[in-house]
Amino acid sequence: MIGGWTGNVLRVNLSTGAIKKEALREDWAREYVGGRGLGARYLWEEGDPNVDPFSPKNKLLFVTGPLTGTNASCGARYMVVTKGALTGAITTSNSGGHWGPELKFAGYDMIIVEGRATHPVYLWIHNDQVELRSAEHLWGKGVWDTEELIRKESGVPDCIVASIGPAGENLVRFAGIINDLHRAAGRSGVGAVMGSKLLKAIAVRGTGSVRLADARGFMSASWAMKAKLKESAVTAEGLATYGTAVLMNVINEHGAIPTRNHLESVFEKAEDISGETLAETRLVANKACFACTIACGRVSKLPGEAAGKFLVNTHPRNWKIAGEGLEYENAWAMGADCGIGELDALIKANWLCNDFGMDPISFGATLAAAMELYEKEIISNSLTGMPLRFGNAEALVAMAEKTAYREGFGDLLAEGSKRLTARFGHPEFFMGVRGQEFPAYDARAIQGMGLGYATSNRGACHLKSYTVSPEILGIPKKMDPHTTEGKAEITKIFQDITSAVDSTGLCLFLTFGVGLEEMLPQLVAATGVPYTMETLMQAGERIWTLERLWNERAGLGKGSDTLPKRLLEDPIPAGPAKGLVSKLGDMLPEYYRLRGWTEDGEVTAEKRKELGLS
Amino acid sequence: MAKQLRIIPEKCTGCIQCELACSFVQTGTFQPARSLIRVHLFDDQASYAPYTCFQCDEAWCLTACPVNAITISPAAAKVVVEDLCVGCGLCTIACPFGTVWYNPDTSKATKCDLCAGDPACAKACPTGAIEYVDTPAADWLGPWAEDLNKTYAEIQAGAPQGGAQ
Repeated sequence: MIGGWTGNVLRVNLSTGAIKKEALREDWAREYVGGRGLGARYLWEEGDPNVDPFSPKNKLLFVTGPLTGTNASCGARYMVVTKGALTGAITTSNSGGHWGPELKFAGYDMIIVEGRATHPVYLWIHNDQVELRSAEHLWGKGVWDTEELIRKESGVPDCIVASIGPAGENLVRFAGIINDLHRAAGRSGVGAVMGSKLLKAIAVRGTGSVRLADARGFMSASWAMKAKLKESAVTAEGLATYGTAVLMNVINEHGAIPTRNHLESVFEKAEDISGETLAETRLVANKACFACTIACGRVSKLPGEAAGKFLVNTHPRNWKIAGEGLEYENAWAMGADCGIGELDALIKANWLCNDFGMDPISFGATLAAAMELYEKEIISNSLTGMPLRFGNAEALVAMAEKTAYREGFGDLLAEGSKRLTARFGHPEFFMGVRGQEFPAYDARAIQGMGLGYATSNRGACHLKSYTVSPEILGIPKKMDPHTTEGKAEITKIFQDITSAVDSTGLCLFLTFGVGLEEMLPQLVAATGVPYTMETLMQAGERIWTLERLWNERAGLGKGSDTLPKRLLEDPIPAGPAKGLVSKLGDMLPEYYRLRGWTEDGEVTAEKRKELGLS
Repeated sequence: MAKQLRIIPEKCTGCIQCELACSFVQTGTFQPARSLIRVHLFDDQASYAPYTCFQCDEAWCLTACPVNAITISPAAAKVVVEDLCVGCGLCTIACPFGTVWYNPDTSKATKCDLCAGDPACAKACPTGAIEYVDTPAADWLGPWAEDLNKTYAEIQAGAPQGGAQ
């Protein structure tokens, strides 16, 4: 077995209750590195791109990488790979915390979940002891209660739990899977797929070890990378001091922060919900995932009166305790995109999303679309039950709860903004790609992001080609965000690099401080596979292309690489990026050419052959 | 005065790099379950606390051992001499801090030996929450204990007759 891996795959069929331990496909682990790539390869082999995401035939994969569970900085990640409930496309949602490493320590590289249980169950893994247990008593409970109850009833207080909350149970299309209370495989509705299988949680305790091919070489490589991370302004200072929300003021100053459902691109209250304000007023501590030397996680606390201000019916816990957040994306979606500048409301709504197991990006963005419908008098109080005006903080917190439980208007929000806006005859209010809502960067003000969104395999996503890095932050070199020059090339490179990084088990945030070249020695020493920059980049391209092929089969390939009319035709009304629209049409042909695809974006037979995808 | 590990919980982010480093020293692999330093993650309170043997002067583990398998090393650490240890586990019970472990793989007791004067955990900590410094024994527990004692005294002073509230 190549190093870093345990060599075992756990296959769990919920329909029959059968649990099997299989050998990991070592050849695939080499070719696809692990994590996202390996998951895509298994899904390509076994999954049907044309099934309904909620069908028992849809498979749900939890996949670690070869560096998951090592002391490589940020070697914490696991990937959830499935057909997304929100998008119908292949999705790869990843999460940190301690769950992925714990799975490795228990002796498994990945879990393949098939079928559908007849009643709610959870999967219990304690080294060799693997069994399905009834979750009838957990069904309906929030994530936080679920974790606590499983820890208590199992008698294994150190177990790590990944679970769904009411949102996943109620098939909210953007429900996520949460582990360690606040770490989320958040997007594309992976939690809803889990809910459709009546699988409440996977609890893991492992006492085994992760072995490396060349331990000595690995240790010196991982030291070198940690030293690099300590030198970078972003990983050593920005992220460590203010978390991801450090971006709030930065992106706003560039006039690139989508505001009020993308009607504007400057948010007048950005300062109030920024990482700086959070650090000054509500931050308690920094929190790291497993083996992370950056510690971008925020733990914040609301004083009693602030916590009590926004009432909800379900009361997950005493609000005086601390919880994680805010992250930039969440603060943006529920804040700027909904026109809300009340930090405490965002913190509370964010906690609710974590406890309910719901993606705050898609939730916030869907609410923003609903607010536009309301402001333009297409829907009214008789339907929504409350004024959904932009800036209504009370409505945000109330709707988080209603959405997770599909109560009243929340039932419509739970379908996501594409379905919501289409229902009311205004599909042009949907701000997203392939059914998934945009994250926190205006594609008109940062041209590369537009191309990245349009071509992203899992629908609009900031994590698959984060060209904000060169276009705004100047990493590795500064590019003009307003022009299209060189964007096709950088987008392709970033997509391929990201596919590779996502497959190692490392966190993408490393790439703010180090390049793929610097991660490479760790991967080689850990696995013993002689990856080079060339083969690793090719693995990245192979992974990206395989996801694309899967989407082609699902009918989401060529022809779906587009952006909403608002971004292509309506110029930004004010601010530093005033007057700009996305020039997607200028970038797409070059992008297809660089990818070696046809003019209309189909993967060619030659490209497939070159990448070994037959 | 010998060098000791001083732990500053306020600086800990819960990344468990110390556990990984320690387990690597013990096993040559990454296996937190074999680490001799443990981080407790009190998520509800945003508090992360690494703890390990602080080589206390009284050393009940050493006193309890029926075969004299625990001795004091040149680095002033109380160490288990594996050849002598019979795996009875008395030391694990005697330690009031729970920082002596029984290793089921070797059937022997195991505890922190300060890596012979170059502790891997202190080197691995990215935030300086674990220091290896010249300090009186148990100094790192000092401020914490003082704080706790003060709180306890306050509670006692304010409590009605008959005990704590």
